[in-house]
Amino acid sequence: MINPAVFIPIAARLPPSNAIGAWPWLRRHFFDSAANSFLTLLVLALLLFALPPLFNWAVLHAVVQADNAACRAAAGVGACWGVVAEKGRLILFGRYPYEEQWRPLIASALLVLLLVVSCLRFFWRPTLVLAWVVVFTVFYGLMKGDVAGLTPVDTDRWGGLPLTLLLSSVSLVVAFPLAILLALGRQSQLPAIRTLCVIFIEFVRGVPLISVLFMASFILPLLMPQGAKIDVLVRVLIGMTLFTAAYLAEVIRGGLQALPKGQMEAAHSLGLGYWQIQRKIVLPQALRLVVPAIVNTFIGAFKDTSLVTIVSLYDLTGAVQLALGDADWRKFFIEGQLFVAAIYFIACFAMSRYSQWLEGHLHTGTRRQ
Amino acid sequence: MIPPAPPPPPRSRAWSWRSQAFRGLCYQILTLVLLVLAISYLMSNTFANMRTRGIQSGFDFFLQPAGFAIGESLFEFDSAQGYWVAYLVGLSNTLRVALVGIVFATVLGTLIGIGRLSNNILLRGLCAVHVEVTRNIPLLLQLFMWYFVMTELLPSIEAPLQPMANVFFSKNGLQYPLPEWSAGHWGTVFGLLAGVLAWRAWVRRAVHQFETTGLYRPGRTHLTGVAMWLSLTVLGWLAGGAPGELSIPEVTEINVVGGGAVTPEYLTVLIGLSIYTSGYIAEVVRSGIQSVAYGQHEAAVALGLSRSAELRLVQLPQALRVIMPPLTSQYLNLIKNSSLAVAVGYPDLVSIGSTALNQTGRAIECIAVLMLCYLTLSLLTSAAMNLYNRRVRIRDR
Amino acid sequence: MSTNTHTPIIEFSKVNKWFGDFHVLRDIDLSVARGERIVVCGPSGSGKSTLIRCINRLEEHQTGRLTVEGVELSDDVQAIESVRRQVGMVFQQFNLFPHLTVLDNLTLAPMWVGKIPKAQAEERAMQQLQRVRIAEQAHKYPLQLSGGQQQRVAIARALCLTPKIMLFDEPTSALDPEMINEVLDVMVELANQGITMVCVTHEMGFARQVADRVIFMDEGQIVEQNTAAAFFDHPQNERTQDFLSKILAH
Repeated sequence: MINPAVFIPIAARLPPSNAIGAWPWLRRHFFDSAANSFLTLLVLALLLFALPPLFNWAVLHAVVQADNAACRAAAGVGACWGVVAEKGRLILFGRYPYEEQWRPLIASALLVLLLVVSCLRFFWRPTLVLAWVVVFTVFYGLMKGDVAGLTPVDTDRWGGLPLTLLLSSVSLVVAFPLAILLALGRQSQLPAIRTLCVIFIEFVRGVPLISVLFMASFILPLLMPQGAKIDVLVRVLIGMTLFTAAYLAEVIRGGLQALPKGQMEAAHSLGLGYWQIQRKIVLPQALRLVVPAIVNTFIGAFKDTSLVTIVSLYDLTGAVQLALGDADWRKFFIEGQLFVAAIYFIACFAMSRYSQWLEGHLHTGTRRQ
Repeated sequence: MIPPAPPPPPRSRAWSWRSQAFRGLCYQILTLVLLVLAISYLMSNTFANMRTRGIQSGFDFFLQPAGFAIGESLFEFDSAQGYWVAYLVGLSNTLRVALVGIVFATVLGTLIGIGRLSNNILLRGLCAVHVEVTRNIPLLLQLFMWYFVMTELLPSIEAPLQPMANVFFSKNGLQYPLPEWSAGHWGTVFGLLAGVLAWRAWVRRAVHQFETTGLYRPGRTHLTGVAMWLSLTVLGWLAGGAPGELSIPEVTEINVVGGGAVTPEYLTVLIGLSIYTSGYIAEVVRSGIQSVAYGQHEAAVALGLSRSAELRLVQLPQALRVIMPPLTSQYLNLIKNSSLAVAVGYPDLVSIGSTALNQTGRAIECIAVLMLCYLTLSLLTSAAMNLYNRRVRIRDR
Repeated sequence: MSTNTHTPIIEFSKVNKWFGDFHVLRDIDLSVARGERIVVCGPSGSGKSTLIRCINRLEEHQTGRLTVEGVELSDDVQAIESVRRQVGMVFQQFNLFPHLTVLDNLTLAPMWVGKIPKAQAEERAMQQLQRVRIAEQAHKYPLQLSGGQQQRVAIARALCLTPKIMLFDEPTSALDPEMINEVLDVMVELANQGITMVCVTHEMGFARQVADRVIFMDEGQIVEQNTAAAFFDHPQNERTQDFLSKILAH
């Protein structure tokens, strides 16, 4: 029906009422088909069955004081968070001498502060590198002692949260330049260098971390010149650094490959040398592309530090196993393990949310406003 | 007519510092020389240290008797057998837990990955919680937690749990009835294989029928196929004399004797590994399914394909191609993560290696063999994945 | 199923659609006669794609009546399936199945929906491929073809089900300029063979050549509709004039 006559514009209206509102929304999302309704009821039943007793156990009937007798009396009925109160310092600081535990406390707080500050864009400037150097020096000084009148504490007494933080941050920071060299080497036109880098990366990625830690623990002392001793902590750090470097190299290689080829071509045509191009043009862009993946690697390193338990360094995971060696409190292992699991969960979850936020926001400088 | 182009001029070999090729060669030679120097320095240190500490070198110790017992293994092992047999036991234990773990993790991970895409917010939330919890807690901690559950919460063997008839669950692990192997069972094996072949032939026939007549009855086809497989297996079993000996665990006063058994260590590693890896596999499956462009769904719908036909013919083939590479690297991770079994006392490859190291002091050889085994497993898995990828890749220009 | 050649093959009656709270189709009244060729044009966001996607229920309308070949489109699954068998659609992004060859792309629906034997389906597929002049590419994979070739394959795929109505959603918008003509030629040939066509496009030359009626949509409403000549030469509404001046500038 052709109607070239008068056109009356119609104003926008709201959709009819049976499509909006709480009840239609519920129906659409939970009960729109037989299978969906069944699933909803099943999940609700599961939650109703599991959550109230869990709440009773964990909160209402829980024992919070470090009272072994009260805990035993409440066994099965209430959680014994007293194990955290009793063993908390052992779990958090390992076998560090009891009176000196204010030192790892301050050291950890400083390191956490540094990590948080490094995540904020506002602080991304050259002075941040200086801050890292300063904080690490202070950390080492506080923990090791022997300066400013502090009593010396050997590295094999270090443990718990400070050890976890130290291992993950130092291994990532030291692995970073190594990873850049490996990634560039893997992309290199020179066959010898490329082959060496490929061999290293594929070798390290093909073996479990535990074998690398064993190798570092047992073989590194043999490689030292006669008479030289190498600290357990340093050995483990070297192992973790090499391991992280290989994975980080693959991440950076992904960034290098994602860079448009035109960048290299434009740089070459401007007459820049190889290292100038890498430093000024390729790496700044490639690294920015993969910052979220680098954060994910840090999360992985943070979790992987738990493996040092197997080579007898008592990080957070190892410390709680040590704490539960006490026969009196061994019964309440769930509460102890949950406490440490919660710490890891909060830290890793926060970091992964941060990494997702980064992915969204990092390109604001590269898009047209 | 365009005359043929003249041949390119010969490349000049100016061996000056300004030639890129020459520079490259210099850098490489320099690197190699430095590497050789570093290696020889380290090796001389190593030999000196080994002499000082009286450590011998050489792989000959592999043939010497191991001198230690192994908690569990697939085949008989006693301490008089050589170290290399011990390593074999370790390898078999690793594979035993890794392969079963891969199956469990894949099934669980796929279900949870699909659940994360469901319309139902409750289901989506529950699956998201599972993924976040398993991915943000270190595997070692999860293994320790499961180990404590297995060894503290379960009843002792004097009063075990009995979830099913003749199945016992206690601090000593899981014990279940196990058929005893006898010669008659070869009949069952033959029946099984024949059944698989018959099933395949039946499906081929159904496909041919579909192509020639357009008739397709999926329910009937697959049910008949399964029925053929089962009946041929039973026939084989009967033909072998219907051997029915079972080794049934029996409850005695202080123990449960007989039947097949898996230790709490094995269960810990299996359950811990499966649940941990399932979180990662769920994410891989979810992103694979989401990677299929929405336009594919629209085209399938516009053509009138039913939901199941669309899933089978359009969505799944494309999703699988995206899922396979990261899925394979998760399998590799699972195999490598099984090395954590040493922390809970399960005698896997790393555990045996570390025992051998402690006993013989030959760190380099023991760790080298260890790494070699894992490298081989990794390379084999990667090669298999590359083969699969090359065969199914979507062909473009 | 109406066989009366005077009842419209597609009929919109006070059709409204919302995306959430956004009122995208407002009181649409439209009748398409059998064999008629319609071109829908308008600025982006005017609802023209949504309009044609409602015809094969890729989008659901909330109020009003939409009837295709006498079947009213509602939540009834049978009705929807019978409508989709009569309607073929060609998309802007081609949406070919990349993991199947061109021939498999075409035989998929006839075999699995039409339950036609494979040999017959392949024969029909080759006929359609010859119709769009791309028969020699039958065993290639879609991503090995150029954009224009892929879109012609997409048209052939839709034709394999012998639909009564063909919907085109901006079929040439994703193509490089030198390939637009090969696709438009195929569409012109199709139009001359009597099939009912509803086409959303910016190609005004094509519209002028082929369309029985041109519809201009803006803000979810049909602003003006007329024969092709009258529409382009004497646009009545000032919104239409404004739009045409922008489109026909070069």
